[in-house]
Amino acid sequence: MEEVKLIGTWPSPFSYRVIWALKLKGVKYEYVEEDLSNKSEMLLKYNPVHKKIPVLVHGGRAIAESTVILEYIEETWPNNPLLPIDPFEKARARFWIKFAEDKGSTFGTVNRTVGEEQVKATKEAKEVLRLIEEHALGGKNKFFCGNKIGLTDLVFGWLTDWLQVFEEVNGVKLLDHNSFPKIQAWIENFKEDAVIKENRPNCDEMLLYFKQKREKFIASATQ
Amino acid sequence: MGEEVKLIGARGSPFNCRVEIALKLKGVEYEFIEEDLANKSPLLLKYNPVHKKIPVLLHNGKPIAESLVILEYVDQTWEGASILPQHPYERAMARFWAKFIDDKCMSALWNACWSKGKEQEKAIEEANELLKLLENELKDKKFFGGDNIGLVDIVADFIAYWVGAIQEVTGAEVLTKEKFPKLFEWAREFINCSIVKEKLPPRDHLTGFFRIKLEAPDTLKYNPQVR
Repeated sequence: MEEVKLIGTWPSPFSYRVIWALKLKGVKYEYVEEDLSNKSEMLLKYNPVHKKIPVLVHGGRAIAESTVILEYIEETWPNNPLLPIDPFEKARARFWIKFAEDKGSTFGTVNRTVGEEQVKATKEAKEVLRLIEEHALGGKNKFFCGNKIGLTDLVFGWLTDWLQVFEEVNGVKLLDHNSFPKIQAWIENFKEDAVIKENRPNCDEMLLYFKQKREKFIASATQ
Repeated sequence: MGEEVKLIGARGSPFNCRVEIALKLKGVEYEFIEEDLANKSPLLLKYNPVHKKIPVLLHNGKPIAESLVILEYVDQTWEGASILPQHPYERAMARFWAKFIDDKCMSALWNACWSKGKEQEKAIEEANELLKLLENELKDKKFFGGDNIGLVDIVADFIAYWVGAIQEVTGAEVLTKEKFPKLFEWAREFINCSIVKEKLPPRDHLTGFFRIKLEAPDTLKYNPQVR
């Protein structure tokens, strides 16, 4: 059994994606918390290109970029498949994974802007939610690709606790109950999953963490 | 046989070209539908309502969008030369570098080729850093995929061919033999592969298109109508 190590940071949703995947597959791993303000030799060695987390180290070999790691986990531990078997459905799953990756930064922008810029970013974030509501979810599926949780759901994990915290920290309402019933239903289903339930970040701590970050940002932005 | 494959695309696009190379590699017959990006067709809007971009592959009427997603689909669906490696770790490395090219290199190289003055100096510096990483990754291999072209080579088609065409028009020196000898050689090998050669748009079409862009600086922001 080759050793599995995950270098991550709390409370990164990118880190959590990988934690959830490993837990869903029943893979034992060692978790290493990284201090991004003082990057370790290990991180710089294992991810010299981006110097970011998460990084999975399996048998001494490093894989970086969360979506690449997820595909690696899926292929290395084929039990409890997290991607559809049907090639077209698999392609659909990957389309939405890429969408989540490409559009996720819109929400980060809400967190990192003030005034007019934040209003604009909020509008863009709502448009992203609208696209998910209209095109990604629906039918009889509890989750993005069926009635079982999969990689696509993990990659949209930030729509749950993280989005809630963002809304509170920034005083914006992005996910109002009436406009996004499908996303709301998906969030409930996601949070109810046995593995996810046991591996959710502490929301109070997250709120405090992101509030402090936001205050620091505002202080520097208004200097 | 009853299998119907169509590709909605635009021949000048490197994203489109990626898919055509992949289909050719697998020996897949397909119907090509040229899309006018300035006047998007109901077909495109129907089959890619989320992004409204090309390329879109239609396999027996079912659409797949996003060139990287299409490449994975093509590799899995049809026999023939492999696009991705077999081993999970090698596959992860291929995906990592494909993502690196898509997320970082495309816009950085575009900006380096088109910007001017101080902005260009900075953009070229950034491009240099990225190209250096690719040059190191290539090592002594003929292609990123080894002896044969693979996912990363196909995804890097913009670097191999389009960058040269833009440099010819703008005079920018982003990817040169002096700065990146291995990458330069790789580019030459890649565009001379018979499969690739057949699918690249004619050079003078590209330079003609880019010369028009030079006259219309408002259209220069990196905002591809293609993915």
